[in-house]
Amino acid sequence: MTQGLDQIFVTFQHWAVAHSPAAVQPAVSIVLPVAGILILFPSLFAITTVLERKGLARIQNRYGPNRVGPYGWLQPVADAVKSLTKEDIVPRTADKLVHFLAPVLLVTVVFLEYAVIPVGRNMVLADMNSGVLFFFAAGAATEMSVFMAGWSSRNKYSLLGAMRAVAQMISYEAPLILSSIAVVMAAGSLSTVTIVEKQAGYSGFWPHWYVLTPWGLAGFVLFAIAMTAESNRSPFDLPEGESEIIAGYFTEYSGFKFALFFLGEYLEMFAVSGMAVTLFLGGWAAPFSFLTWIPSWIWFLGKVMTLIAVFIWVRGTLPRLRMDQLMNFAWKFMLPMTLMVIFSAGLWKFLPSGVLRWLICAAPIALLYVVLGRVLQSERRIEKRVYRYAE
Amino acid sequence: MTAPFVILAVVTIGGAVAAMTLRKLVHCALALAVCFVGLAGLYLDLNAQFVGLVQVLVYVGAVVILIVFAILLTRHDELPAQTNRTRVAGLGVSAVVFALLAWAVTAGGAQMGAAVAAPEAAMKDIGGALMQKYVLPLEVVGLLLTAALIGAVVIAMEEKKKAR
Amino acid sequence: MTPLNGCLLVSALLFSIGLGGALTRRSAILVLVGIELMLNAANLNFIAFWRYGPHPEALTGVLFVTFSIAIAAAEAAVGLALIQAVYRHAKTTDVNQLDTMKG
Repeated sequence: MTQGLDQIFVTFQHWAVAHSPAAVQPAVSIVLPVAGILILFPSLFAITTVLERKGLARIQNRYGPNRVGPYGWLQPVADAVKSLTKEDIVPRTADKLVHFLAPVLLVTVVFLEYAVIPVGRNMVLADMNSGVLFFFAAGAATEMSVFMAGWSSRNKYSLLGAMRAVAQMISYEAPLILSSIAVVMAAGSLSTVTIVEKQAGYSGFWPHWYVLTPWGLAGFVLFAIAMTAESNRSPFDLPEGESEIIAGYFTEYSGFKFALFFLGEYLEMFAVSGMAVTLFLGGWAAPFSFLTWIPSWIWFLGKVMTLIAVFIWVRGTLPRLRMDQLMNFAWKFMLPMTLMVIFSAGLWKFLPSGVLRWLICAAPIALLYVVLGRVLQSERRIEKRVYRYAE
Repeated sequence: MTAPFVILAVVTIGGAVAAMTLRKLVHCALALAVCFVGLAGLYLDLNAQFVGLVQVLVYVGAVVILIVFAILLTRHDELPAQTNRTRVAGLGVSAVVFALLAWAVTAGGAQMGAAVAAPEAAMKDIGGALMQKYVLPLEVVGLLLTAALIGAVVIAMEEKKKAR
Repeated sequence: MTPLNGCLLVSALLFSIGLGGALTRRSAILVLVGIELMLNAANLNFIAFWRYGPHPEALTGVLFVTFSIAIAAAEAAVGLALIQAVYRHAKTTDVNQLDTMKG
């Protein structure tokens, strides 16, 4: 019965394809998963907006939105109505075509990223031989839309925000891709389906997730930090910080286009979280072998929502990083750490399993962390604190 | 001449023409991005998945952004067009080159190029070839990229003021 | 018009557009854009011949293009750094005005 529930969407797709006329069968078999993605992730977006506002509010010791609907849970409906009916103001000297295309491009490319994420057992839209590479190629194309938005607004602050955002996104793309290479090396394939299947085994009741290895843990932390920076979320949201640069590259967007940018940003966050879950947290596999009766797609969604909750928590807690601190962090700290993670993953493959393997693989990473910490902080001169008392 | 090929070829050529003829430099850069995406589509159509995805990742994601940053940092928007003589000479040379290449392509005959089955370019084979047969070019390219990185940073760096 | 000839014609057209642009535009950055177009045309040529030629399992075309993309990226970086340095000195990127070594 749990097998049936696990494969319920696949069975539905097979049934729909079998019961449609032969001419449209290929179309139906593709349109159904696409429609599923188009329904699932935007609804997740709607839920996340409320979750985020209420979560941040509680962290800041206030209520969030609590007027619309029971305890404020219908807030997304109000937001949707507002963004659809607000006047769409385009600056007079703006570049109209580029100004219009920027949010459209962002949302299109972000939806493309969902094609290679396995949402459940046998539930991936496109089982590509090089799924991970496709995902990162689509991520690289989102930087173009950020730049287009900032430049076409003819606004100094937008342009500045766009340049900062693009510099930040390029800098953090290197640790993002490098930390996923360690996983690709361990799994032996670039296909996301294969990577999840390699993590779906259990030894005893303990799962084979990559996050439970020393290089996987370090890699996951680095991937999560790079992920936060790629989506321009706090503490890396200087390009769009409200108190710094008004709204950065989407200052001149209002109404529906702003809603599209918002949607694109959140969807990208979900997509990259989905990739983090696929690469490190075992995808749709259950954490313990006695829990495999819960369907795989529920595990996947649960893990993604947990990551989102951690993001919201981090956003409410940590202060914003300055631009030069951000870039230093990416190039001087994260890049060497990811290279060491790749080295450690290589060691892991060739040592016999056991506690010794754990220690030998964790040692280079810990050593480099301590060394980098000492070297990078030695430039800071912290003087002895001098107190001035009121007389 | 299947429909995807024709559409992608039109997108690519259109983007290239736009990149070379538009007045504003940023529009040229964006048209170049469209051209590169069209080329990536052509590579995917020719069953070279790895190359197509690397094209998007490197060219659209890095080279176009480099060009855009250079445009923004050198702060000039529209330049007057070349003098007529230079323009005619340049276009004439490129037309002659195209005529020559087109003649070479079509006069070669159709011995090769009949539609054959698509070759499999599995990732494992590409990785194996890179690590076994082509390991020396791989290391040399790594060295070259390091040299280019350091060189570009040094060239573009502000010179330290030597005045006392 | 075999598929291979179609690809080769597209590549030839792309090459000549890049050449024409590199020869006629006045901005140094656009000359670089033309050069990038020419490199891409050559890459397309390689992939077309890999696809339709003999011995595609040797993967020669694919690997050549991979290295070519890497080298083109390095060349674009260095070229743009040079343009940046020239701009800082001569305050212009107009190739017609960068003629101090002429004559």
